[in-house]
Amino acid sequence: MTKKKIEKQLSLPFRNAFQMSLRSLKIRFGRSIIVTMSILLGIAFLMSVFSSNAFTNALIEKGPEALRATMQQNSQELRTRSIWLVSLSLLVCVVGIVNAMLMSVTERSREIGTMKCLGALDRFVMELFLLESLAHGLLGSIAGAIIGIFAITIVFLLQHGRLAISVFPAGALLKYSLVSIILGTTLAVIGALYPAYVSARMEPAEAMRREV
Amino acid sequence: MPKEAIVRTIGLKKTYMLGKIPLPVLKGIDLEILKGEYISIMGPSGSGKTTLFNMIGGLDKPTEGKVYIDEVDVAQLDAYELAWLRCRKIGYIFQTFNLIPVMTALENIMLPMIFAGLSTDEAMEKARQLLVTVGLGERIHHKPFELSGGQQQRVAIARALANDPAIILADEPTGNLDLRTGKEIIQLLKQMNREKKVSVITATHDLKMLDVSDRVVWVRDGLIERVEDRANLDIKIGEVEGEEAG
Repeated sequence: MTKKKIEKQLSLPFRNAFQMSLRSLKIRFGRSIIVTMSILLGIAFLMSVFSSNAFTNALIEKGPEALRATMQQNSQELRTRSIWLVSLSLLVCVVGIVNAMLMSVTERSREIGTMKCLGALDRFVMELFLLESLAHGLLGSIAGAIIGIFAITIVFLLQHGRLAISVFPAGALLKYSLVSIILGTTLAVIGALYPAYVSARMEPAEAMRREV
Repeated sequence: MPKEAIVRTIGLKKTYMLGKIPLPVLKGIDLEILKGEYISIMGPSGSGKTTLFNMIGGLDKPTEGKVYIDEVDVAQLDAYELAWLRCRKIGYIFQTFNLIPVMTALENIMLPMIFAGLSTDEAMEKARQLLVTVGLGERIHHKPFELSGGQQQRVAIARALANDPAIILADEPTGNLDLRTGKEIIQLLKQMNREKKVSVITATHDLKMLDVSDRVVWVRDGLIERVEDRANLDIKIGEVEGEEAG
């Protein structure tokens, strides 16, 4: 049997993909909010632990003598505790975000199967979910980082009053925010792309049959 | 001149694994479907017609045997060529409609055309025409959940026709529709079959489909029980309709 030459041309222009992802976020607003919230919570928790450490370090470095002495006394204990807290919040963050993304994409297996019936390549499916999860991840992480910093700033303001502002560790907070945002976004993308990849690799009939 | 075959299956077998127990669903199907034909694959649930449908459409891989679509062996195609085939050669219609829920009727129809490389404007223009063709000219900006079952199926038919396929594959297209809407959908499929010369292959147990079919393939327990052509069917339709009424 001679294989007929097939003129190869399949495409998904970026503009269309972007529009589709954006619209999907908008229409599944309720679902999007829940997914974004779980990213936000994870990152806010992580960021509050980071911020709290940053403030404590700043107070130790730049605070008045008396405060410094008491803080330094506790600093060894504090450090061990903060390592625990950071690890714990990282864990909560990873599990929460990955779980939310896994669920939200796995339940769309039929949609992925349908797209493949219409001639979508695996790449198109991945592109759509990449854009969507990037938006979720960035939005959730940025909001989470801001909320985390904000909450801890208020806590330190209440405890130390003006002193907290005078030692405000802007540099450290910025650095930690970046770390958190990159982490949150990466986790969101991995959590979404993995199930999207699994569904896209299946035969369309199988993907549409897949029960979640 | 004999008509060309658009789909050919040779010794098609499919076995699903239920845990460790093999469950043979198709046990060797040899079938030839001609260009422009309206063919119904009939059989009770569990007879393997949906599985056969999936194999013919390149949506699933056979365990054994071959499927040729337009004389191309589907098993020989790589992922890209298979996607191309699904995009350009075949239009799919499902019992559950399977429209993309976040897109409007118009966008659902545009999607396969965008994959096929049409510009947004071209795709939109053609999608509008198709919606008029299937009798949904006004509800173009509605989301699937804002449409009735019959309307959703019309959108699905328009979407299946988007890239002027050679084949339309419909799996229980009337399965989720009431009697009257089902009839309308069948008429619409027949009309597309006549006007656009597209081969229509339906897997169904809806006897209303007999009326419009050129040939009916009866499947039972994973094998073809018998194939009836138009001439035979005409005689039997009275009988069958009697059955349906009773």
